[in-house]
Amino acid sequence: MASFILRRLIQSGIVLLAVAMIAFLMFRFIGDPVSQMVGQETTLAERAELREKLGLNDPVPVQFLRFVGRAATGNFGISYQMGQPVDRLLAERLPATLELSVFAMIIACLIGVPLGVYTGLHPKRWLSRLFLVVSLIGISLPTFFTGIMLILVFGVELGLLSTFGRGETTQIGWWTTGLLSVSGWKSIIMPAFTLGLFQMTFIMRLIRSEMMEVMRTDFIKFARARGISEGKINFGHALRNTLVPVMTIVGMQLGSIIAFGIITESVFQWPGVGLLFLQAISTADIPIMSTYLLLVAVLFVAINLTVDLLYYVIDPRLRADNVARGA
Amino acid sequence: MTSNSTGRFLPALRDSDAWHKFKGSPLTIGAAIIALLMISSALLSPLIAPHDPFDPRAIDLMNSLIPPAWHEDGQSSFLLGTDDQGRDLLSAILYGTRTSIIVGFVSVGAAVLLGLVAGLLAGYLGGFIDGFIMRVVDIQMTFPSIMVALLIDGISRSLLPREQHDQLALVVIILALSLSIWPQVARTVRASTMVEKNREYVQAARVIGRPAGIIMVKHILPNVMGPVLVIATINFGVAILGEATLSFLGVGIPASEPSLGTLIRIGNNFLFSGERWIVLYPGLTLALLVLAINLLGDWLRDVLDPKLR
Amino acid sequence: MKKRSVLAALTGLLLCASASMSSAETLRFAAQGDINSLDPYVFDETFTTGFLGNMYEGLIRRDADLKIQPALAESWEMVEPTRWRFKLRQGVKFHDGSPFTADDVLFSAGRVRANGSDLKNRLSNDTKVVKIDDYTVDFITKTPNPIIMYQWGNWYMMSKSWAEKNGDKGPQKGGGESESYSTLHENGTGPFVLKLREPGIRTTMEANKDWWNAAKAESNVTEVVFTPIPNSATRVAALLSGQMDVIMPVPLQDIERLKASGSTQAIIGPELRTIYIVMDQFRDELVYSNVKGKNPLKDRRVREALYRAIDIEALKSKVMRNMATPSALMVAPGIHGSSPDFKRIPFDIQKSKALLAEAGYPDGFEIGLDCSNDRYVNDEAICLAIANMFSKVNIKVKVTAQTKTKFFQKVHAPYLDFSLSMLGSTPPSYDSWGPINSLHECPRLTPQSAVWAEEDRMKVTAGKSNNGGYCNPEVDRLAAEILAETDQEKRDALIRKVWTITTDDIAYLPIHQQWLSWGVRNNVELKQRADDVFDWRYVNIKK
Repeated sequence: MASFILRRLIQSGIVLLAVAMIAFLMFRFIGDPVSQMVGQETTLAERAELREKLGLNDPVPVQFLRFVGRAATGNFGISYQMGQPVDRLLAERLPATLELSVFAMIIACLIGVPLGVYTGLHPKRWLSRLFLVVSLIGISLPTFFTGIMLILVFGVELGLLSTFGRGETTQIGWWTTGLLSVSGWKSIIMPAFTLGLFQMTFIMRLIRSEMMEVMRTDFIKFARARGISEGKINFGHALRNTLVPVMTIVGMQLGSIIAFGIITESVFQWPGVGLLFLQAISTADIPIMSTYLLLVAVLFVAINLTVDLLYYVIDPRLRADNVARGA
Repeated sequence: MTSNSTGRFLPALRDSDAWHKFKGSPLTIGAAIIALLMISSALLSPLIAPHDPFDPRAIDLMNSLIPPAWHEDGQSSFLLGTDDQGRDLLSAILYGTRTSIIVGFVSVGAAVLLGLVAGLLAGYLGGFIDGFIMRVVDIQMTFPSIMVALLIDGISRSLLPREQHDQLALVVIILALSLSIWPQVARTVRASTMVEKNREYVQAARVIGRPAGIIMVKHILPNVMGPVLVIATINFGVAILGEATLSFLGVGIPASEPSLGTLIRIGNNFLFSGERWIVLYPGLTLALLVLAINLLGDWLRDVLDPKLR
Repeated sequence: MKKRSVLAALTGLLLCASASMSSAETLRFAAQGDINSLDPYVFDETFTTGFLGNMYEGLIRRDADLKIQPALAESWEMVEPTRWRFKLRQGVKFHDGSPFTADDVLFSAGRVRANGSDLKNRLSNDTKVVKIDDYTVDFITKTPNPIIMYQWGNWYMMSKSWAEKNGDKGPQKGGGESESYSTLHENGTGPFVLKLREPGIRTTMEANKDWWNAAKAESNVTEVVFTPIPNSATRVAALLSGQMDVIMPVPLQDIERLKASGSTQAIIGPELRTIYIVMDQFRDELVYSNVKGKNPLKDRRVREALYRAIDIEALKSKVMRNMATPSALMVAPGIHGSSPDFKRIPFDIQKSKALLAEAGYPDGFEIGLDCSNDRYVNDEAICLAIANMFSKVNIKVKVTAQTKTKFFQKVHAPYLDFSLSMLGSTPPSYDSWGPINSLHECPRLTPQSAVWAEEDRMKVTAGKSNNGGYCNPEVDRLAAEILAETDQEKRDALIRKVWTITTDDIAYLPIHQQWLSWGVRNNVELKQRADDVFDWRYVNIKK
């Protein structure tokens, strides 16, 4: 066990280094940061000087090592566009992204779980079929399109919800939250729904198939035979048994929600890290891009590591490779 | 369907259950018909489209923003109206659907191929190779497809001669999408492989000394194809949507030869103005296409997912 | 419904909850991007300098009609041909309370020319700045410069004591080793004071009660909340839903929607920016074309054929929805030296084809056109439309439309990697000299060297934005004369001569002057400057 963890930790370190290295390889190709930092009238000589100063003329390995060396000491550099330390910019925006992601996941679960249970218990009913098809329509449109349509209907035509931003936020320590104000709630609903739409469909379908499987197991049949009420069987036994795999997958999806909420954040001008990253791409702001990618990598590595550890503990079959090696 | 096939692929499709389920679901039949219709009309677009939307000489700016034919100002020669360049929207949609389908098909195909190989190797061989492949998967999952698209675009532009840049956009999108899909395939295949390789028939094959390659291809592969097919179908829809999203983010198919995604990206600008048809019909086409594919995916899942059998 | 949206707007009011409610007039506005820095010397770009002009002030300022007005200088005169004398306004205080004096002008003159400044061209290096007394400053130039203050509308005065107190190391761009104090803090003399800055998210300012001109203030705004919203649809939705008072810009196709809503409208007007197509005229063979061994764009007949193939009226009415003014010149009306006497070469497909045949291309040729897709109004649509127009004379155009980061890097020096490209520019001094110098002078170091010689590209100063390498020695000669000419009439005649030569040569294909379009709520009054600067001094919010 200890050696497994150690090995995985070392591997994770290598993954992070590889991410940073690939990131630096690609920065050469996404545009010129300098042209976004100077006005039209700036001479070429001055541009060249700035490029030199930013270290953009150094070979990629040098730039990479410099970044890694600094990052190891907690210094992620200064944003080209905003002139501020990148770690501070990201830290300021992380609460917005986390709040949105968790909220999206909660909405997805609140709608997805009951629908999943219903469609799983009554797969033949027409209402179930309707739910299944409607849930598919929701994910058959690109996110940006869904988002703008929602804005058009609920923000512009009905005037019910806020069309952009986070609303009024409250500072609690280093954390900021929009959930303590009316405007904050009005702001989070649409982006969270948009972001959670895919997960909602996903969870609903997952629960449905797990439910259908569990309902056919002997364990439920025994429970029925013992005369336990249907309600108790459905929720006390069946649902509980489906939740373990669902929780695992939901946890894994949370990572991708946080990482890829970029589109939603852009459409709703949600001031999170995804929006920052997108702006950084459009201005070739290398320090922000590299740090963001590293952050996402840490997130994924951590989640994968946890999941693998859980599997390792729970499911001995997946340990087979270890056994084989030992033998 | 494949009732008389003697191949070892997709054993599930062979039993009459699949066909039975298909016949029993009007929704699936509808989806299949729609998908078939859309795909065939898209592939035949050069023959059936009323105009050639890729030929600039045939496009007249003075024809721009004509509403669909049934509107007051509509013209019968432009059934679904025209876009801001004066391009016939129906023809553009037909051609665009073709591009989108090609993007979806090729990118998912490449992703499945890559994911299968990687997943089989990782799951069967285990150890160092497994660790290595899975860490590559981790790295891959870290990069949003837009970054991958920008990277491939940049690298190929600097490596290829200028004359070949024209066709680059399509290749870039396909590569970016397949790179962002293959990790999922690889993970699924790896998990299934790990389960399969401990089954008795694999153990037996190993005992009699069959080479690992043969075991993987002949014994394990057919048994992991079910979930892979399901994932592939779902990701076909995801890839088509992904193409639209990349277009929205500014790395898409050029507007002179638009895909569905590009049409929606351009049409998006007209959502607030009166000319909503520019985005409405491409959007509907995309939604219908993806929906039909997803419904077919559902049916496949019902048929192939061992959990549900 | 109406009530609801008002309610939503009220609850959506950001940050103003605690402000004194009765008299507070908050202006909430959104633009496409954020300012880079609060340091007014770091980024010479209209939006940034224009924005900062509400907090900082220069010696002079441009009013709503772009006329030069006294600001921190009360008056000025040319005491000798090479010596300008500026009398400073007395009793002006910076936001930190320190008084504004000649020392601050000297400090600002040094800082604006310091390493890292993006506004070095506001004051040439050989200009001496001399303090005569606390409220008089002389600018001694090497050669007579009659338009020295033309570019000072956004050269703002900074406080010497404030900079010293906060360890200012001069203008600093991002990406260095440490952050600079002036990036996140401001200390101007202007009518608005920074309250809160969250880069990329929101910036809040409040009215400066101690402003020297407060008594004559034309605005009733007490607080300004600025939010950058790059996505056009989101920006328009924010205005329509009542969460914004002003947005800039509004996509042209959404103007009707704003009008239809009943509570919002669009304010439109010609901008000073001219959009034009650059043609590679210096290479011996085009990089994006099927014509090998020669460069068709070197042939004036081909350039004229391209010019004549552009159906400018269709472009104006269809792509620009009539919100563009077709240009015959590289300087828009409103720029000194522009004249309505110049006319466009008429649209004529037959003539165009004939010219191409005459030049040896009866079957046309293939060529690439590079464009941005997020920089100018409908830039990508214009390029596609022009490509379609060129195809009518058998010139097959391959359009490459990219985001501005990649586009500018590709087409500007040192790469100059294009054959045709579409650009736009506004002369910073609102005078013809700028575009003559940077777009029409020959980009080479000596009259003997090659145009855009690879080894000299980084050193080119005259013609530094002349990406197409247009080169006419006569223009260079006239340009030198214009620079030194102090007699306004003679100077104007010289400028006119240059424009006559360059339009006759077809140095560029001018397209149009794009129009500004800002979306405002009906209860907001403002003045729109033709250079796209939003001056909050003119904003009034009615109940």
